[in-house]
Amino acid sequence: MLKILHYINQFYGGIGGEEHAGHLPEMREGAVGPGTAFAAAFGADATITHTIICGDSYFGENLEEAKKTILEMVRGVKPDLFLAGPAFNAGRYGVACGTICDAVKEELGIPVLTGMYIENPGAEMFVDKMHIVSTKDSAVGMRDAVPKMAKLALKLARGENIGASIEEGYMPGYMRVNFFEEKRGSERAVDMLLAKMKKEPFTTEFPMPDFDRVEALPPVLDISKAKIALVTSGGIVPKGNPDRIEASSASKYGEYDIAGVDDLTEATYETAHGGYDPTYANVDSDRVLPVDVLREMENAGKIGSLHNKFYTTTGNGTAVKSSAAFAIEFAAKLKNDGVDAVILTST
Amino acid sequence: MKLTIGNIRITNIVLGEQSKVESGTLYVNPKELEAVVLEDSNIVSVKFDVAKPGESTRITPVKDVIEPRTKAQGEGGMFPGVIAKVDTVGSGVTHVLKGAAVVTVGKIVGFQEGIIDMTGLGAEYTPFSKTINLVMDFVPRDGLAAHDYEKSLRLAGLKAASWLGGLGKNVKPDEEIVYDFSSVTEGIKKYPDLPRVGYVQMLQSQGLLHDTYVYGVDMKQSLTTMICPTEVFDGAIISGNCVSACDKNTTYHHQNNPVVTDLFARHGKDLNFAGMIITNENVYLADKERSSDWTAKLVAMMGFDGVIISQEGFGNPDTDLIMNCKKVEALGVDTVIITDEYAGRDGTSQSLADVDVSANAVVTGGNANQVITLPKLDKVIGTQEYVDVIAGGFENNVQADGSIVVEIQAIIGATNEMGFNKMSAR
Repeated sequence: MLKILHYINQFYGGIGGEEHAGHLPEMREGAVGPGTAFAAAFGADATITHTIICGDSYFGENLEEAKKTILEMVRGVKPDLFLAGPAFNAGRYGVACGTICDAVKEELGIPVLTGMYIENPGAEMFVDKMHIVSTKDSAVGMRDAVPKMAKLALKLARGENIGASIEEGYMPGYMRVNFFEEKRGSERAVDMLLAKMKKEPFTTEFPMPDFDRVEALPPVLDISKAKIALVTSGGIVPKGNPDRIEASSASKYGEYDIAGVDDLTEATYETAHGGYDPTYANVDSDRVLPVDVLREMENAGKIGSLHNKFYTTTGNGTAVKSSAAFAIEFAAKLKNDGVDAVILTST
Repeated sequence: MKLTIGNIRITNIVLGEQSKVESGTLYVNPKELEAVVLEDSNIVSVKFDVAKPGESTRITPVKDVIEPRTKAQGEGGMFPGVIAKVDTVGSGVTHVLKGAAVVTVGKIVGFQEGIIDMTGLGAEYTPFSKTINLVMDFVPRDGLAAHDYEKSLRLAGLKAASWLGGLGKNVKPDEEIVYDFSSVTEGIKKYPDLPRVGYVQMLQSQGLLHDTYVYGVDMKQSLTTMICPTEVFDGAIISGNCVSACDKNTTYHHQNNPVVTDLFARHGKDLNFAGMIITNENVYLADKERSSDWTAKLVAMMGFDGVIISQEGFGNPDTDLIMNCKKVEALGVDTVIITDEYAGRDGTSQSLADVDVSANAVVTGGNANQVITLPKLDKVIGTQEYVDVIAGGFENNVQADGSIVVEIQAIIGATNEMGFNKMSAR
C-alpha cells in the first residue's frame, strides 16, 4: 500500500482560524480534516500515514525555518507522495502548499501534488513547477477536488505516465503531454477561427508563456586585450563525434581543446548537427566555428587571445531547458578560465 | 477555378505482369516502373516493395511520400514545372489513387529522414500506416553529393507517382468531390454576409536540404505570393526537404492539404474561403521581415477578416510564424496559428523558440520530443542502420530485444503543422 503524507494549514487541521495562523509545524499520525475524504478516495490503494499541520502566517514569516522543519519530518516518513491542500483561493495557504511541494520535490525527489483555484497567487508562482489540480475558489469545491486529486496522486505515487492536463485536471503550464483529439488539427483551427471572429469563447491549445529574454551586456572595452571563447549550437565536433552528441534534441554538450589548432580541416572536424546539409560544414568547419579567423586576429594582435577550449552542442530540436542547463555549466567554466567575451555561433 | 477530384479507391497493390488499375487493385510491373525511375544516371538501382496497414513492417529512412494522381481532363499535369510542363493546374478533373502512396527510401541524405511503422505503437503516430505503400528503395551512384542525391530521389518519387497515377486516367472514380474557388468579386456577391477567410501557408525554405518548390520555383527565392487553393491538389507544391520527419510536409501532405480541404468544407456555409497566400521561411532576418511584411500586406489587400497560418519545421521558423501572426493581428485581422512543440522529453521545457501575446489562438500538433518505444517488427524495408542518428534518435536507442526508443520527431508526419492529425498536447 502506498504511503502518503498530507500537508494542511491550521484551519483545515482544526486548530483554529486567523488567530492561530502562527501555529508551529506539527506532525500527527493518520489523516486529519480533508485527509479523511482523501483516505476514503484512496481506499485500499494508499493510506495517509501522517499529516503535517502548519499555520499559514508562521510558514510565510519563517520560510526557511518552516521549510527546514517540514523537510526533516518528510525525510523521516519517506512517503511515496507528498500531498498538500487543496488551498482553494486562500492565498497564503496556496503559496505555502506550492513552496513546500517544490522543496520536497527538488530536495527529496519525492513526487508531490497540490490543488488550488486558478487565481490563487500560489498557482501563478508554481504552475510551471509541479502538478496543481485546478479547484473551485472555496471549500465548497472539496467534493469536486478530492476525487481528481486522489486519482492523480495515485498515478504520481506509482510513477505512472501522466496524461495531458485536459485529461487529468491539472493546470496547463507545467508539463506538455500529447493526446488524441476528436477532430484533426485543421478542423480545430477552422472552428477556433470562426469562434474568434464571432467573439465567442475559445480555448487556445497553447497559452503563450512568459518568454525569457536576455538583456545585452555592455560592449567589451578593449577587444585587443580580451580573451575570446567560441561557443556554438552548430554541432562542430572533432571528427568522429567522440562524445556522440545527438543530431537533434541533444542531451549533452562537448568541451574540446583547440590549443595549437589554427584551422579546422575536413580531416579533423565535422558537424554532428542534423538540422542542415552538413556538406559545407564538414568540408570546412571554420564556416560554423571560425577558429581560423580568430587565430589570425590573435596573431595580428586584434584580439587578446583565443580561449583554448570551445563548447559545442546541436541546437536542432534541443529543449530550451536543456540548452540553458548546458550553458549554466559551461558559462561557469568560461568565467573560471578568465574568458572576457564569447562569440556564439549558430547555423 | 473549378476542380473535380475523382477518387479511385485502392485496396491492394500487386507487383505483377501488367501495370493497370482494376477493381480497386493497383497492379504494377516493376520492370516498367524501374525504367521510369532509372532514367536518372545518379540512381544505380531500385527495389520495389509493398507495405500494407497492419503488417509487421517498418519503412526507414523515408524521404518523401507522394500520392499517385493524374490529370484526367483539362489543362496541365501533375507536378507542374517539375514533371509536367509548367501550365497552370487546379481546374478540370484529377484522378487520385486514393489509399495508395509512393514512399521513397534509400541510404541517408541528411539526418532528418523518418520512420513509418505499419503496425504497433508507432503506427498510431503516422498517417502512412493507413495507406498501402509502394516503397522504392534506391541505391545512388557512389560519390553523389547529398543535395544531388536528394534531388534525384525527389524527382524519382514524383515521376513514379505521376506514372502510377496515369494508370487511373481512364478508370471511373468511386467518388467525385468538386472544389469551386470563386474570384474576389464573385465571392463577395455570392456570400455577402460571410466572413472572408484566407489561408497563409508557410513553406520550408531554410536551404541546405530544407526546400520547397512551387511550379518548380525554389521558394526561398520567391516573394510571398498567392496561389489558387485548387492548385495544391494537382501537385503545384512539392517537398524537397529533409526537415525532422515529424513536421516536414511531405508532398502527400501538400496534395491533400487539410487546411484547404477543411476551409472548402465550410465554404459558403460558415465562411467565404477567399484566398491562399504562400510565404517562405528563409534564414536571414531581412528575408523574414520582407516575407512577413508581404504576408500582412497581401492579407490587407485581399480584405480577409480572418486567416489560418500553418507552419513547417520548428526552431528558426518559429520566428517567421510569430512575425506573420503579429503583423496580421496588428491589422485587426483574426488569426489562428498551427504549430507543434519541442517541450523536452518530460514536456516541461519551453515549447517554441519565439512567442508573442498576439498569438492567442493556437492549434498544436503535439510535443515532438515525446519518447516512445517502437517494437521489433518482422520486416524492414530500407535499413535500420540510421535509427540512432536521425533526428529523434539517440545513441544506443536500439534495445537488446530489438525494440527502438525514439522521440516521435523521427516518425513521418507525427506532429504535422498543417493539422493533418488528431494529436494535440496540453
